[in-house]
Amino acid sequence: MGMTMTQKILAAAAGLPKVEAGQLIEAKLDLVLGNDITSPVAIKEMEKFTVQGVFDKDKIALVPDHFVPNKDIKSAEHCKCVREFARRNEITNYFEVGEMGIEHALLPEKGLTVAGDVIIGADSHTCTYGALGAFSTGVGSTDMAAGMATGKAWFKVPAAIKFKLVGKPAEYISGKDIILHIIGRIGVDGALYKSMEFVGDGIAHLSMDDRFTIANMAIEAGGKNGIFPVDALAEEYMKEHSQRPYKIYEADADAAYDEEYTIDLSTLRPTVSFPHLPENTHTIDEIRAMEKIKIDQVVIGSCTNGRLNDLRIAAEVLKDRHVAKGMRCIVIPATQAIYMQAMEEGLLKTFIQAGAIVSTPTCGPCLGGYMGILAEGERCVSTTNRNFVGRMGHVTSEIYLASPAVAAASAVTGVISAPDEL
Amino acid sequence: MNNAKGTVFKYGDNVDTDVIIPARYLNSSDPGELAAHCMEDIDKDFIGRVKKGDIIVAEKNFGCGSSREHAPIAIKAAGVSCVIAETFARIFYRNAINIGLPIIECPEAAKGIEAGDQVEVNFDTGIITNLTKGSTFKGQAFPEFMQKIIAAEGLVNYINGK
Repeated sequence: MGMTMTQKILAAAAGLPKVEAGQLIEAKLDLVLGNDITSPVAIKEMEKFTVQGVFDKDKIALVPDHFVPNKDIKSAEHCKCVREFARRNEITNYFEVGEMGIEHALLPEKGLTVAGDVIIGADSHTCTYGALGAFSTGVGSTDMAAGMATGKAWFKVPAAIKFKLVGKPAEYISGKDIILHIIGRIGVDGALYKSMEFVGDGIAHLSMDDRFTIANMAIEAGGKNGIFPVDALAEEYMKEHSQRPYKIYEADADAAYDEEYTIDLSTLRPTVSFPHLPENTHTIDEIRAMEKIKIDQVVIGSCTNGRLNDLRIAAEVLKDRHVAKGMRCIVIPATQAIYMQAMEEGLLKTFIQAGAIVSTPTCGPCLGGYMGILAEGERCVSTTNRNFVGRMGHVTSEIYLASPAVAAASAVTGVISAPDEL
Repeated sequence: MNNAKGTVFKYGDNVDTDVIIPARYLNSSDPGELAAHCMEDIDKDFIGRVKKGDIIVAEKNFGCGSSREHAPIAIKAAGVSCVIAETFARIFYRNAINIGLPIIECPEAAKGIEAGDQVEVNFDTGIITNLTKGSTFKGQAFPEFMQKIIAAEGLVNYINGK
């Protein structure tokens, strides 16, 4: 029996000719990532190692992004701890405010993640880099500490689920609609401990930004990682952004998959996840048949949907329109480069003219940190990735997860809407 | 620690790490401070009632969502001696082992134990006993490799000892 794409990457990193699902391996790491919430805990753990120091100062990325610019004194202390650790250990890829962006948008843009890499990050959305054909997965702070110290991590080789994407999505159907549809179909633990391997000719219709969005939310189905084959578009992206050599792995023809799903992208409709789980999905047609759901706030941004294409789509919808009276619409470009490009393309002007605000890169509102906390009973349409109880604020507030197109249209109408209603 | 014994706090499917420890408290990494808000958004009475040694029992996908290790740290610092669930989300599972919070997957126990039951867990045998109802369950044993991490009381000690 052959190996899946994920299994081939893990076998190579473990120095083994072959691995199979369930096998425990120790793999060499190409990159270890942490942010301002998870790194301080890892740094404290690092002090307990008998051998001090980091395995490779070039293979660690530290990105304060959750509560920066520092939201309060305690957050400032955490950031200071990360900054001083980076300085002490001469970490090459430490990104200060002014250079930083939301980690999972920033690292591919900086060329730090390429096909064939094995990457761990103390952030659950580390699975994003599978869009480039890397194995990347989220871990906790202790795993991050061990990774920084030794350059290795233990893994249980995952079984896989194959998602065959066919057909061409309609206008305004994005990576977000695709992944929400998949999570709605298999549930928030539908891919528990497994890799989600995306294949099929439908992928050719997806931008890199769409693929990042899909891989990013593999964790919301419980997946260990999400991974795409490396095509010409992915190679072009890596050549543009990275100096590092990449290695393309392909699944064997006789690789084993626990399950297989075929998703016809041409049939997908704008999809929204209702409170309080990403699997509670409804299509826009189902929503139109319901009583109208009034919205107080819209957030367009995050590691899921704060990339340039996301902002372009939102701006296209908001152009020459205005957000509904009483609506707070918060737009957060995910990196400085995206921010700059959005400025040059006039997108920021469109947002501000429409009555939205534009923020410096931060994870802030997505996890209820700051920059858009919800009050009791308030509702938010958000392009982020989780709609758990209390995630963005008060325990009775509600989050509806959607694409940038639906979020922007909802900001205009004040109720959950798609662009064709404008 | 070879066994745990305590009163059960029972929860359902998909208890996420945001409700275990909301992000508004993640500007601290102090175990005591985190414990003070443990389970706050799913069960605001938890922290007032939990006693040292108590046990959390939940259904599917316990610990899903954010990778924050603050979640198992908060549970452990609150005094919880063991978490039993039908299944765990994979990052939570790793984190719990890495910090030395005992966890056991056992679908039968998750169904056969109710809030307030007195439960005893033997970590050597994986036997879970519901003392209130007089029933026993066999939890899934850890692979040998993970047993070594647990025996070393966490990943860092395990690596130091290698």
